[in-house]
Amino acid sequence: MKQWTNFSKGFFKENPVFILLLGLCPALGVTSSAINGLGMGLATTFVLVMANMVVSLIKGFIPEKVRIPSFIVVIATFVTIVEMTMQAYAPALFEALGLFIPLIVVNCLVLGRAEAFASKNNLVSSVVDGAGMGLGFAMALTMLGGVRELFGSGQLFGFVLFPEEYGMLVFVLAPGAFIGLGYLIAVLNRLTKA
Amino acid sequence: MAKRESTLPNMVITLVIITAVAGGSLGLIYQLTKTPIEMSAEERQQAAIQLVVPEFDNDPAEEMYELTSDEGFILKVFPAKKDGELVGAAIETRSHMGFSGDIIIMVGLTPDGTVIDYQVLDHRETPGLGTKMDDWFKPSDKDGSQEGRLLDPLFGISAGDEGGDSRSVIGKNPGDTDMLVEQDGGAIDAITAATITSRAFLHAIEVAYRTYLDRDDAASGATDSGDWE
Repeated sequence: MKQWTNFSKGFFKENPVFILLLGLCPALGVTSSAINGLGMGLATTFVLVMANMVVSLIKGFIPEKVRIPSFIVVIATFVTIVEMTMQAYAPALFEALGLFIPLIVVNCLVLGRAEAFASKNNLVSSVVDGAGMGLGFAMALTMLGGVRELFGSGQLFGFVLFPEEYGMLVFVLAPGAFIGLGYLIAVLNRLTKA
Repeated sequence: MAKRESTLPNMVITLVIITAVAGGSLGLIYQLTKTPIEMSAEERQQAAIQLVVPEFDNDPAEEMYELTSDEGFILKVFPAKKDGELVGAAIETRSHMGFSGDIIIMVGLTPDGTVIDYQVLDHRETPGLGTKMDDWFKPSDKDGSQEGRLLDPLFGISAGDEGGDSRSVIGKNPGDTDMLVEQDGGAIDAITAATITSRAFLHAIEVAYRTYLDRDDAASGATDSGDWE
């Protein structure tokens, strides 16, 4: 039961994008379509789970003052592993996401969870926390990507719903990310705090 | 578990161990994935060649040769032959004029330089804008995003009747069509909100055309340029 709360908090109560407002650089940058958002979210989830796992295992071994550099090295290692493995075994996916993978290193969500959660909790809780937060992040990115894709180019997951000329180009561009995110947060706040 | 003291030796030892383990595991993964990565790159190259030239029965990768463009780019030329006769060439061309980084395109040209088809191999353009060049410059009936719109009847227009030809580069010869975006006085519609990418894309095709046809001139008068080899 405790682990379930631990897992589910990432979706609404402590959603990284909508509530904690963490990791906004990739959230705003890559969400020009739903599929980009989903791919980025899942890749981040993997890194988050692995980094949380390793950090919680080695937490007793790391002196307080060098913990941040240590965590960064762990995270960067997993990101590079994801990048190389994806390039080797899923070239099609890599083609679509390759540009974004190195960005995961600088996602403060990953470092934030390592520092705020994994370095203080045991292995199981850390892995569960990583999975919950990661999937919550993926969900938020997919929603934001879906909204931008729908309004910007009239498509959803690549299925054409209305002609592109009727779309609002601003949603595909950077300002659309901010506008879309703002309205999504407003809607979610209305729904959860009603 | 008690935290270890933050003394200098402790910190140095910890960081050395962590970076050594990280470096070691990355080296291992690199070794493991090196061959598959090279293979998939080669497969993509093969697939791109087959897509951009007419049917052939030779091995273009085997007969590949390199040309240097005026800009100093090294272009790889994969000649496609059917029954010993040249039917076209797939040319790996590039442009440095993109929004960020080089754009690398495999473009198929007939022997007289008409564009048969193209495939974007590598780029660092803006996702959602510049990335549209994958399909943008092809005729609209080949472009998946231009057909089968669910709500088309609602808006009273038929699928893909706009743009179409003025966007496409396929079947056009850079020798008699201005391979420039409309803003520069050319004949090709640029990608909406990605004019720089469009410019670079057309530049890459123009480089391939110019260099490839120059090669023919050079080859006909090649007797005195043997020392270039």
